[in-house]
Amino acid sequence: MNGSRVMGRDFAHRLLRNRLAAAGGAVILFFFLVSALPGLFASHEPNRIDIVNILRPPSAAHPLGTDDLGRDVLARVVHGARVSLKVGFVAVGIATALGLLVGLLSGFYGGWVDAVLMRFVDMMLCFPTFFLILSVIAFLEPSIWNIMAVIGLTGWMGVARLVRAETLSIKERDFVAAARAQGAGDARIIFRHVLPNTLAPILVAATLGVAGAILTESALSFLGIGVQPPTPSWGNILTAGKDNIEYAWWLSLFPGLAILVTVLGYNLLGEGIRDAADPRLKGR
Amino acid sequence: MTGGIYRPETDGALLAMVNVYKTFPVRKSFFSGEDLRVRAVDGVSLTVPPGKTLGLVGESGCGKTTLARVAIRLLAADSGSIRFEGKDITRMEGEALRTTRRRMQIVFQDPYSSLNPRMKVRDIVGEGWLVHGLARGKDLRERAERLLVRVGMPAEAGGKYPHEFSGGQRQRIGIARAIALSPKLVVADEPVSALDVSVQAQILNLLKDIQEEYGIAYLFVSHDLRVIRHVSDAVAVMYLGKVMETGPAQELFREPLHPYTRSLLSAVPMLGDAPSERIVLSGEIPSPIAPPPGCRFHTRCFMAKKECVEASPLLREVASGRFAACHLI
Repeated sequence: MNGSRVMGRDFAHRLLRNRLAAAGGAVILFFFLVSALPGLFASHEPNRIDIVNILRPPSAAHPLGTDDLGRDVLARVVHGARVSLKVGFVAVGIATALGLLVGLLSGFYGGWVDAVLMRFVDMMLCFPTFFLILSVIAFLEPSIWNIMAVIGLTGWMGVARLVRAETLSIKERDFVAAARAQGAGDARIIFRHVLPNTLAPILVAATLGVAGAILTESALSFLGIGVQPPTPSWGNILTAGKDNIEYAWWLSLFPGLAILVTVLGYNLLGEGIRDAADPRLKGR
Repeated sequence: MTGGIYRPETDGALLAMVNVYKTFPVRKSFFSGEDLRVRAVDGVSLTVPPGKTLGLVGESGCGKTTLARVAIRLLAADSGSIRFEGKDITRMEGEALRTTRRRMQIVFQDPYSSLNPRMKVRDIVGEGWLVHGLARGKDLRERAERLLVRVGMPAEAGGKYPHEFSGGQRQRIGIARAIALSPKLVVADEPVSALDVSVQAQILNLLKDIQEEYGIAYLFVSHDLRVIRHVSDAVAVMYLGKVMETGPAQELFREPLHPYTRSLLSAVPMLGDAPSERIVLSGEIPSPIAPPPGCRFHTRCFMAKKECVEASPLLREVASGRFAACHLI
């Protein structure tokens, strides 16, 4: 459809009319609020050990129970939200920036630039991402920053292909020829004319990418090579839950639910943006 | 004196193209490994004098748009030479090309794809000023507004986005952009073909007014003979990448010489001054990948003889100031 409408009122209207997308957006907003103001949602300290009250089921004092060190699960889940969001956004930011750069150069210049960059993309796609991340992390210190960097650096290929395809079609449009005739150079044409017209599909890819990055971070933390205890992350709370799953279901259920709801929220919002931006893409 | 081969008038011409070729690769043939190319512009020579309009007319796919884009270096010619303001621009590059581009601009056919949907109208119109360091910020905004008013748009249009306007208004914005840098030559590539007939007239009149006011020369591409007749001082008729006939517009429309021109004109009844017989061409325009041997037009020509199949006719003077590529005239 007409790209010009994407950011307009029509777009917002279509997006909000899509109930699932609106629900997804509400979930994301809620978790943003939780990460910004954790004190509002949990009164306990996430790392305060209380050996008298270990593995207590949900109660008035501890609405989501306590873990094997007596720490409040609600407080840990609430503080873990920030980790998930941070990883999601930084990793996707890295992946999107890299993908944009590679895709724009590849699509705009074509020829050997395109051939080299796209073969590199193919090569990167050959690695099973998760094992690549595992082996890289094995050599680096497992920290939240390394996790973000590695997830970002292994997740840009899809964006690159998307941007390349968009660039190929946009660079043939007359307004690019007009800019050329006005005397605009390559850099101006790429960043002022091509890039802004690729943003709608990028936004969709990035939103869906956040969900993927949150899942990957949870998985890594669950395996013990992600965010390190005692810093709470939804993944490492689950690790503790796994050891006590027979008699402390609350320890696994609540962080699991948090992951599920958040990932679902991003996926619904991403698909909503896609449908609102381009009705033709529906059901793809 | 008549009978000479057409040589474009290079002295004093604003734009002179001599023997220009442009091909596009299609694909290599899978079996023979033969390199297939579309011969879009196949040895064309023409000139545009300063302040005048050369109308370029022909059927869809005859190469007129390619020729127009080659003329202002949006596409590079394979061979031949293009001179603009006396300078050879065929292989010009870098800064020299950038500064030359200020004086040759283009108006596109499609008012939708020719304006960046993500830019405000004033930034579209003023991009050339910004790129060449002529205006920015408030100055650019004011100049853009004045220019928009000149092409018949409200001044507030500058702050809006292209999708808020109709096709005709968008074409006005495209014209404002084309004249912003005070060019000497504007290529008008089917500028009214996508518009309603009532709007066409307004846009054509705007182009004419601007021509008089700024002394702009047009290379005016169209498949619509009525439009061409309305705007042109001279006309070149293209068929399959070659110029079939060229000459002063009035004479060419009064008495077309080439059989192709004659058949084209006969298809538009209101153009003929005397009622003439309708000449119906048979068949389709042949593929520009493998154009017919001899005269390009012989497969559809109602006058074709044996010699037309054998040799390609040159564009030569057949009457004073009138040139045609035909063995039979």
